[in-house]
Amino acid sequence: MLALFIFIPILRIVPKITYISHDEKKNTVEVPVGLTVMEGALQNNIQGIDADCGGSMACATCHVYVSENWLNKIEKIHDAEQDMLDMAYEPKKNSRLSCQIIVSKDLDGLEVTTPIKQT
Amino acid sequence: MIKTDAIIIGAGPTGLFAVHQLGIIGLKCEIIDNLDRAGGQCIELYPDKPIYDIPAIPECTGEELTNGLLKQVAPFKANFHLNQRVEEIKQEDNSWILKTNKGNVFSAPNVIIAGGVGSFEPRKLTLKEAEKFEGSQIFYSVVNKKIFQNKKISIFGGGDSALDWALELSKTNQVTLIHRRSEFRGAAHTLNEVRQKEKEGKILIKTPYNLTSIEGDKIMTGIEIKHENEKLEKVKADYILSFFGLIMKLGPIAEWGLNIDKKTIPVNTETFQTNKEGIFAIGDICTYPGKLKLILSGFHEGALAARACFKRAKPNETYKFEFTTASKNIHDRLGLKK
Repeated sequence: MLALFIFIPILRIVPKITYISHDEKKNTVEVPVGLTVMEGALQNNIQGIDADCGGSMACATCHVYVSENWLNKIEKIHDAEQDMLDMAYEPKKNSRLSCQIIVSKDLDGLEVTTPIKQT
Repeated sequence: MIKTDAIIIGAGPTGLFAVHQLGIIGLKCEIIDNLDRAGGQCIELYPDKPIYDIPAIPECTGEELTNGLLKQVAPFKANFHLNQRVEEIKQEDNSWILKTNKGNVFSAPNVIIAGGVGSFEPRKLTLKEAEKFEGSQIFYSVVNKKIFQNKKISIFGGGDSALDWALELSKTNQVTLIHRRSEFRGAAHTLNEVRQKEKEGKILIKTPYNLTSIEGDKIMTGIEIKHENEKLEKVKADYILSFFGLIMKLGPIAEWGLNIDKKTIPVNTETFQTNKEGIFAIGDICTYPGKLKLILSGFHEGALAARACFKRAKPNETYKFEFTTASKNIHDRLGLKK
């Protein structure tokens, strides 16, 4: 029993997030639970996410396209985010603001694609 | 040429509080901003959103914070130079000479850059052809609405600017309002009016559509838009008005040799001076170990930068620290009556 407790922290997985650039270069990094997909990109020097407003959902420069198979696993989009996406560079149906996607265990393996540019 | 003790670039909360901190120690300043009003991101990005981390103010909106700061700096009568961007900076003896894109020239021993993430500029259409017609048939703001009389106008966007201009211009023109989704985010009553005009045939609404191409060689004749279901459609257009909000661009500051990295300027945390003597950086634009992009951090940074400005502005005087509660000098500067 004691051994189990010791091993639990070691077994705790850090979700892997894959950032795909517009020219299909993949970059997979570990992003701790609780951070946003935007923060994961900034901390790992992933290109293609500007995040000018720092995550206050006020600028639409952390815009990403979420792979179809992940769209319904992410918490649903709110009106305010949808409104902000109107401002994004070439938004599509699978567009999200990466500052609004909070990394959880369930998002281990998530793939997002960054647009050609943010502005 | 306007001579002063310090020039502040950026009239956001950090720049405004720097006016205060310079003012209470007896320094004069001029403040320059590319927007048409003070407030920076607070007023442009989130005027109605509440802020909860300003000390002693449990909750306020960006607009309330801006108004409070403007009231607080009013006694110092700083001059605001709005709607202009600093284009050039050069050193002359111990002074910095700044020139704006409106041709105004300033001279001061101190420059405080409180530029946030850069100056606000309209977000432009992403099609390359759009550049060709910008300023002649494609506009990102309305300067002279008379040119639109009896013309075919396509308006892009889903917010208040798009809805307001669709309504206004539908009085004398054929207006097509195009938006990427069926929901608009403008004020409900404006949207109702727009829907009413649609029923009357005064405004044609096209949703969910995106712009795919602009037609015409020397003169734009029309556009092609694409429905979400991929179906293409042509629309005749003499003018395009596009309202996709504002983006922030660092602009010429990037060329000033300030070792900019990731859109931020390194500073020393004692004086908030950059690598150039007499040029300071405070607020979101500065960086140092442990930097937090909070408004309250910007206030602290401005307070220290202001003190550092004193030495260069008044080299023959000694700066003396004083509290606002007790100092007669400060009370005089605030214009308080005994």
